[in-house]
Amino acid sequence: MCGIAGLIHRGKSSNVGSELQGMLQALKHRGEDSTGYALYGDTDGKNFIMRFKVGENVGEGSSSVMEDVSVYDERKKIVDETLAEMGAKIVKEERTLPYSLRYEIDYNVKDLLEFSQRIESIPGVEILSMGKSLEVIKDLGNAKMVCDRYSLDKVVGTHAIGHARMATESGVDIKSAHPFWGYPFSDVSVVHNGQLTNYWNNRRVLENKGMRFMSECDSELIAVYLAEKMRDGATLEEGMKASLTGLDGVFTYFVATKDSLGMAKDTMAAKPLVLYESDDLVAMGSEEIAIRSVLPQEIDTYDPFDGEVKVWQI
Amino acid sequence: MANLKTVSKKSKAQSMGMHTEVLTGRTQQKFFNPDEAENFYYFGTHDVDFNKRTEIDVKDMTAPEANKEIDNLMSQGYGTIVIKNPQGKHSLGVGILNKLNLIFEGSLGYFGMGSCDGPIVRINGRVGWSCAENLMAGKVVIEKNAGSCFGAAIRGGDLICKGSVGARTGIDMKGGTIIIGGDAGAFTGFMMQRGRIIILGNVGINLGDSMYDGTIFVGGEIGSYGSDAVDSELTSSDQDWLKRKLKVAEIGENFDVSKMKKIVAGKKLWNYDNLEPTEKKGAI
Repeated sequence: MCGIAGLIHRGKSSNVGSELQGMLQALKHRGEDSTGYALYGDTDGKNFIMRFKVGENVGEGSSSVMEDVSVYDERKKIVDETLAEMGAKIVKEERTLPYSLRYEIDYNVKDLLEFSQRIESIPGVEILSMGKSLEVIKDLGNAKMVCDRYSLDKVVGTHAIGHARMATESGVDIKSAHPFWGYPFSDVSVVHNGQLTNYWNNRRVLENKGMRFMSECDSELIAVYLAEKMRDGATLEEGMKASLTGLDGVFTYFVATKDSLGMAKDTMAAKPLVLYESDDLVAMGSEEIAIRSVLPQEIDTYDPFDGEVKVWQI
Repeated sequence: MANLKTVSKKSKAQSMGMHTEVLTGRTQQKFFNPDEAENFYYFGTHDVDFNKRTEIDVKDMTAPEANKEIDNLMSQGYGTIVIKNPQGKHSLGVGILNKLNLIFEGSLGYFGMGSCDGPIVRINGRVGWSCAENLMAGKVVIEKNAGSCFGAAIRGGDLICKGSVGARTGIDMKGGTIIIGGDAGAFTGFMMQRGRIIILGNVGINLGDSMYDGTIFVGGEIGSYGSDAVDSELTSSDQDWLKRKLKVAEIGENFDVSKMKKIVAGKKLWNYDNLEPTEKKGAI
C-alpha cells in the first residue's frame, strides 16, 4: 500500500512544496519507507535543473550498502569533469546532503538521451530528474522528514506530484523511491500506487528498444513506458490511454510534464483515487484526507471510474 | 480414515466427510424470540431518546476519539447526534449497534459507518471506500458521491447514495438494498449472494460478475455483463417494489422504473462441478 497525491494550480503559482508536504503527510499511514516529490517550480526557463545522487541514504531502515563518503566526492568530481567535456556549464551548485546534489546547468541541447547516458555511465551516479522546471526530490522517511531535510516548504510553482511509499516489490532505497523521471524526456515525472504484473516482459521489450531502467521497482516501468510512447511520437494522453492495456496489474498513477498533470486508473479500478476539480485548482490523492490538507472546507469530490484517463493544463 | 465397520453411524458419517450433528447454541430464531428478549443482551448497545439532540465538532479529534464520544453520548441517552467537521476522517461512526439518528455535516473517509446494526444516518457529503461495510440493519443516506466497495458484504438495511459510486459496489453483499442515484463503476454486484442493488444511472463493465443470487436493477447503460449475470423479466411486482423503494429513499421518485433492466444470477457457477464441459465454458 502506497499513497499518491498531486495538485495543479491553473493560471497561478502557489507554495506547492508546502501543499504537497501536507498532502503526503496526511497519507503517511499508507507508507513511510520513503517519500518523493516532483515539484514544478517557477523558473526563468533558461537553464536545466539536474537533481542527481552520487550515493544512497544508508540510514536506519535502508537496504543499501554502506559506502565511505569520500566515494561520493570522487563521483561528484567525475560528474563535474564529464559536464565540462560535454560543454555544459554549471551555473549554480547545491549539495543538500553528501549523496544528493542539485545543479543548474547552462546546456543548449534538446536530446537529453546522450547527456543522461554519459552522466549515468559513472558508477553510483543516477539522475533523479532533468528539466527546466521539474525537480525530483526523494529520500527515506515520511513527507515531513524529507521536506525538512531538503527545505521544500518554500518551493513556489504551478503543480506537483508526490508519493509516500511502503516498499513491497523492491528495496528501501532512493533508487526505488518515486517519483520516477520520464528519462530521457525533460520535465516528465510519474508516481504510482499499485502493482504491475507484466513488469519483466515489458522491461525486456523496452530495454531492447534502448530504454533504461535504474531500479527493479515495477513502478519505474510506467515512466519508461510513457517515455517510449512519446519518443515514438505519441502525445502524453495517447501514451496514457495505451498504458491501460499495455500495462497489466492494478494501478492508479499520476504523470506530470512542464505544463500538465494527468491521471490514469486501471480497468479494474482496484486502486483508490479521490479527485477534486475546480476552475483554478485540481487536487487528487489516494484518500480524501490528502485533499483536505489543502482544502479544509466542505468540497465536492469524486472517484474516477475504471479505465479513466484525465489530463489538465496549467 | 477410521474402520467404517466398527465405528458408530455418526462417526462413520463424519469419517466420510459428512456432518449429521444438529447445530446447537443461539440460532436466528431464538435470537429474535420475543419471549426470550429479556434474556438477551446485545453488548455495546444503548437505549436512546431520538428527541434528545446534541452536536459535536470532531475537527480536532482522531477517529477513535470521535467514536468514543459518540458512544459516550449514546450512553447518556442522546438519540440524535450531529457530527460537525468530519473532514474525510476514516472509520467514523463504526460499530453502532442500536437505534440512533446520526447526521454528519461533511464527508467521511474510508470505512465510514462500518459494521453497524440499526442507526439511521445522513451524510451531507461524500464517503470514501467501503462505506457501511457489513451493515446489518438501519439506513445510511449519502448526499454526494461514494468511493469503491460501497456497501461491501452488507447483510441488511438500506444504503443510499444520491451521487455516483466507484467500483465493486455491493461486493459480497448478503442482504439489504443499495440504491444509487447516479452511475456505478466496474464489477458492481461482484459475488453478491443476496439482496438488491438499484442503479438509476449507467454502470461499468462486468456487472454482477460471479453473482450467486440477488437482483440488480439498472436504469441506464450497462458496460458489460460479468460471468453468470443474466437478464430477467421485470415484473409488475418488481416495478411496484422499485417505486416504493425509490420513494422511501427520497431518490428518483419520478423515475420511469418500467424501462429498467433486471439482472440476476444464471446460477451456473455455483453448480459448476455438475456442468458439462461445454456448459462450463458458457458459465465463465
